[in-house]
Amino acid sequence: MSRFRDAVLTVVLLAAAGGVAAQSSLFPGIGRTATPSEVAKWDIDVRPDFKGLPAGSGSVAKGQDVWEAKCAQCHGVFGESNEVFSPLIGGTTAEDIKKGRVANLQRSDYPGRTTLMKVATVSTLWDYINRAMPWTNPKTLTTEEVYAVTAFMLNLANIVPDNYVLSDKNIAEVQARMPNRNGMTTAHAMWPGNELGGVKKPDTANKICMKDCTPEAKVASFLPDFARNAHGNLQEQNRIVGPQLGVDTTQPEPKVGRPLAAAATSAPVVAAKPENTEAKAAMALLNKHSCSACHGVDKRIVGPGFNEIAKKQSGKMDYLVSKIKAGGVGVYGQIPMPAQSLPDADTKKIAEWISKGASK
Amino acid sequence: MNANSVSSGRVQKAPESFLTPSSIKEIFAEGKKGRRDFIRNAFAAAAAGAAAPMAMAQSNPVPAEGGDPNILNLPEHTTGLGQGVAVEGYGKPSKFEANLQRRQSPGLTQTTQASVSFAPLQSLFGIVTPSGLHFERHHQGWWDIDPSKHRFMINGMVKKNMVFTMDEIMRLPSVSRFHFIECGANTAVDWGNVAVPTVQYTHGMISCSEFTGVPLITLLELAGADLKNGKFVLAEGGDGSSMTRTIPMSLITSGEVIVAYGQNGEMLRPENGYPLRLVVPGVQGVSWVKYLRRVEVGDKPYGAKDEAIHYMDLQPDGTHRQYTNLQEIKSVVTTPSGGQVLLDKGFYNITGLAWSGKGKVKRVDVSTDGGRNWRQARLETPVLSKALSRFNLDWVWDGKPAIIQSRAQDETGHVQPTYQQLRAVRGTRSIYHNNAIQSWLVQENGEVKNVQVS
Repeated sequence: MSRFRDAVLTVVLLAAAGGVAAQSSLFPGIGRTATPSEVAKWDIDVRPDFKGLPAGSGSVAKGQDVWEAKCAQCHGVFGESNEVFSPLIGGTTAEDIKKGRVANLQRSDYPGRTTLMKVATVSTLWDYINRAMPWTNPKTLTTEEVYAVTAFMLNLANIVPDNYVLSDKNIAEVQARMPNRNGMTTAHAMWPGNELGGVKKPDTANKICMKDCTPEAKVASFLPDFARNAHGNLQEQNRIVGPQLGVDTTQPEPKVGRPLAAAATSAPVVAAKPENTEAKAAMALLNKHSCSACHGVDKRIVGPGFNEIAKKQSGKMDYLVSKIKAGGVGVYGQIPMPAQSLPDADTKKIAEWISKGASK
Repeated sequence: MNANSVSSGRVQKAPESFLTPSSIKEIFAEGKKGRRDFIRNAFAAAAAGAAAPMAMAQSNPVPAEGGDPNILNLPEHTTGLGQGVAVEGYGKPSKFEANLQRRQSPGLTQTTQASVSFAPLQSLFGIVTPSGLHFERHHQGWWDIDPSKHRFMINGMVKKNMVFTMDEIMRLPSVSRFHFIECGANTAVDWGNVAVPTVQYTHGMISCSEFTGVPLITLLELAGADLKNGKFVLAEGGDGSSMTRTIPMSLITSGEVIVAYGQNGEMLRPENGYPLRLVVPGVQGVSWVKYLRRVEVGDKPYGAKDEAIHYMDLQPDGTHRQYTNLQEIKSVVTTPSGGQVLLDKGFYNITGLAWSGKGKVKRVDVSTDGGRNWRQARLETPVLSKALSRFNLDWVWDGKPAIIQSRAQDETGHVQPTYQQLRAVRGTRSIYHNNAIQSWLVQENGEVKNVQVS
């Protein structure tokens, strides 16, 4: 009996000693030390003070080559395109570079805000291009290519000259020329902590008033009639029973009487369509090979919608296979489609689906 | 079908007079001229015409045949044999609920992979968002990731860089908490003027779930993080965008920030970050990094793309507010709301949602006259910190035009602002953090529209 008690005590004491020695014994057996190569592979962030920036360099000239091959399809040759994403370049001046404030941001009539108008830290450009670009193949650029593309963008915005070679050695000098480097503030009450200073008091101080609080309300803004059905038929976006039903926005608001609303019927307003398995398979391939990044099924993105192609090339399966493989320009617009290297079987399935009408 | 047809016991009675689009236009024009009493007069004139012939409508009358055929003729489901168990291994909503879908706002984005879809708030009950209707925001497309191959890394200002498997994370002590997640750009399109018709598109970038996971502080302590000098934590996703955001250490040491794998009793949905996402209560959704692969402890903020190019609030003087993370006190009436029709006069339950990134909702008031007079709404239980709260208020509609608003206050005393108050400080170009009071105009003809009042 007493021998058993001693044994238990010994175990308890040993456990206690272990607890002091190693912090992780709080949850023994959980987690392990990351190897240096694991950390190196994933720890890719670059901070505004350039902590994390790998050594290297890249020229504006090299950047232009990379840009035209991998970036221009979405962002335009000069970073000006608004087709897929907001424009990157434009709206900054030599005066902005001097002052570190982009004057156009003060103008409410200035159309659009480009990336270079907004960004204060050049590290952000480098970090984001490195981690997330190109759009359909993120993390495939070499360190030199990331430096080069960053340099090319800075050159487009007249921040560095044509013959510039951006590197970890001179990037701090570029930071000192960023057009909106002095355009940020953390003097607000919307950071949930005290790490950034900030202010305690919120922006607004509305009061709880219950009676005769304001003059009579006036309607100052509402949706114009032409936008009535712009978000689709609202009747089909509400439950078929309930205290209120959705209004039929395919019809103009009637001059007399209530607008049409869905009353309960024996069938749902949105009838289930029979499943189109061929379209489903084609759609999966379009996603897998990132075709859908540039082509919508029934809308133009960078290139034409598949319905637009189907209309023009109905039944021409062999032609479509060759165009997917070779790429092209000029049939639907001036933005080139690069040559694609997907498996033959997938190419054929996609071409067949388009040639038959690109149905959903 | 026309407006007078009888269906399912509901009568839609046509009023003799109501506000036409042209009369609304007139109101708009008069409103711009600043005639304060114009809208009431216009509404009163319209109401006068309707008053005589429009008795209180009977919404569920006895049909001429002496009874409702839905009662008199027993349906097949009453007289036949129903379906067996496990026909659906994972059950789906009724086919009659097909109208409830998360939807894109046409023209808002050019791609579907860097885009948003909005939750159908107009048709939801209580405070929990069904996981399949949770709003979506993807930056470079979504993935369905094999959880057995997913890893979570901690590095930076720690004694030991560490790696965890999902198995290991799920072995640790877990917590389950209800929190709302709201995109910082929710209600962005209405900053300047009314731009979209329904509450799905004005406020649908918010959802609320019960999240289950491990407090991040537990994992940081395991790695021996420097909690004194490490004031900031970078969270990073494992998808193509590898989204990064800076998280305040004070929020982590409070125990609130969770490394979550569970959502409403099941695993996270792929669109919401399966198998692992960060939960940062009270903070805008972009910080709730999905497919979470790594956190790094550091002594300075990181200036990531979504805190140095996007998710910055442009102020009237051309300055951008950076690191604006908090979602302040906000509320919205979900029914009646834009795009709906009130079929009859009589009793209605005004219902809606309120929330604050700074704690619990303390009270909600509702106005039916555009903010002139208010009544306090009932807050339903549970009322939880940094979660959606449901409010209700009894209302008898007299058939006259009404402008419905809700105004919430949180436990810090902060009261939801009007558009005028908000714009006086932030202008109209902020994009992010529009928490102004929403107005729904109930027209005399029963149709509800999104409006802003002055």
